[in-house]
Amino acid sequence: MTMPFYSSVDQLLRDRSELARKGISRGRSVVVMSFAGGVLFVAENHSSALNKVSEIYDRIGFAAVGRYNEFEGLRTAGIRLADSRGFSYDRRDVTSRWLANTYAQFIGAAFVEQQKPYEAEICLAEVGETQEHDQLYRITYDGSITDEPGYVVMGGSTEPISAKLKDVVDPAHDLAAALATALESLQVPGAAPGNGTSEARVLGESALEVAVLDRGRPGRAFRRITGPVLRGILPAANRGETADEPEVRGGDDVAAGSTE
Amino acid sequence: MEFREGIPGPRQFGPEPQPGSQLGHRAAFAALGETSFSNYVAATQPHLLPAARMFDAPRTGASHASPEALGVPHGTTIVALQFNEGVVIAGDRRATAGNVIAQRDIEKIFLTDSHSAVGIAGSAGIAIEMVRLYTVELEHYEKIEGVQMSLDGKANRLAGMVRGNLGAAMQGFVVVPLFAGYDVEEPDPAKAGRIVTYDPTGGRYDEWLGYHAVGSGSVFAKSSLKKLHRTTNDLTTTIRTAVEALYDAADDDTATGGPDLVRKIWPVVVSITGPEGAVRRSEDELAAVVEQIVADRAENPGG
Repeated sequence: MTMPFYSSVDQLLRDRSELARKGISRGRSVVVMSFAGGVLFVAENHSSALNKVSEIYDRIGFAAVGRYNEFEGLRTAGIRLADSRGFSYDRRDVTSRWLANTYAQFIGAAFVEQQKPYEAEICLAEVGETQEHDQLYRITYDGSITDEPGYVVMGGSTEPISAKLKDVVDPAHDLAAALATALESLQVPGAAPGNGTSEARVLGESALEVAVLDRGRPGRAFRRITGPVLRGILPAANRGETADEPEVRGGDDVAAGSTE
Repeated sequence: MEFREGIPGPRQFGPEPQPGSQLGHRAAFAALGETSFSNYVAATQPHLLPAARMFDAPRTGASHASPEALGVPHGTTIVALQFNEGVVIAGDRRATAGNVIAQRDIEKIFLTDSHSAVGIAGSAGIAIEMVRLYTVELEHYEKIEGVQMSLDGKANRLAGMVRGNLGAAMQGFVVVPLFAGYDVEEPDPAKAGRIVTYDPTGGRYDEWLGYHAVGSGSVFAKSSLKKLHRTTNDLTTTIRTAVEALYDAADDDTATGGPDLVRKIWPVVVSITGPEGAVRRSEDELAAVVEQIVADRAENPGG
């Protein structure tokens, strides 16, 4: 008689956590922060077509890191849920708190029930009437949900970025100043994907995906900042080309289960 | 199909053996590759669709459901005019139920996205619900795809919704929308304004002659437009022509409301141009246009 293979629940979940954490930390980082004019999303993203930041609803935006195919599914699901609720109730009844809870339930269930957890971490942001009503929810691969005051850093090497951002962030900043602090943090030594370099980098327009939830805009507040508008508010040092980064591989560039 | 939502993959693209079996929020996570909101709602919450809860009432006998028997409000005249920078769409403000005015200030022109608008004639309740669904449909596509639907895509989606209402239309609850949009891919602004009309079976007809009208007063409005409208006109002139056509419709059709100077109720006029997109013209602007037209008609009632 063969014995069924046994592994403890504890061990299973630890393995899944490790897989998810490793996948997410290989990627490039995203910073989401509340500023005077709304909520700012800054993602290091060398693709202009595959977005990490997206609109969900009138006052709600979405940012994600990790494996693209996985968080893309989460993003579209969020849009479907929000639009369904807004259609059957009212647009005002679509809240980030409700949606974040739904995400957390779903991702948490997948973490326990499925062989492979989501290698993705998402941030759901809602811009409020006033700054104290801005809400940032971070939902991690195991369905944990946290309500973050002020800013969220996800993906890649978050510690050096968070440490820097904590020093420079100021909720009273305008858009250009908030963008400058976000870039300053993303560029700190040690924040490059895969911990490749220990030198400070310069992220140019082509390496950035920038969007805001504009507090002053009625209705759909989300807007992408690209092209000349982005160039106009970038710090002078970032207006040039992004330096070549050989051997930089994001979490989505490597195969699932890869150990590199 | 086994439901394994945690592992997005090809197995989720397969046909569903039991549509509607995925309930609650899980369905949203499983519907991979679906960009249409109305298709998603039809698969998961069909009761929310305007056409789905149509009338199972007996078709004979005393409880015969007809718009007249139910006193359902009707919308009336909508006009659309193409001009040298885009397109204008305008509607009167009256809803009728039989010989009674159901509402004096109903709005029958809706902005459906940044570069399109829809006017509705027919059963007001169903039409408004249809436009509401249509607006979400366009926004949903834009958010999921990251780009707006093409103008012809927008026109075809609306045709599908009108077709979905055919069962109700057969019982008298007809909805006839009029679509006006600006094709952002057309380099010449004089050609970018587009007007599309529909019949109750969902037939879609592009109007290339520069104007169209739907609703009970449309015959009179079209006669007016034929004489007054030129596609080479500018925005100001075109807004005046649109309001004048509605005035002519109200002059001869009891179900179309003329401008109400006592209550300050003006027609709803929306202009759609390249730089500004779809914009509802302000009350002040329309008040000036209407007062001028009324003054001119006081001198010459025929216009």
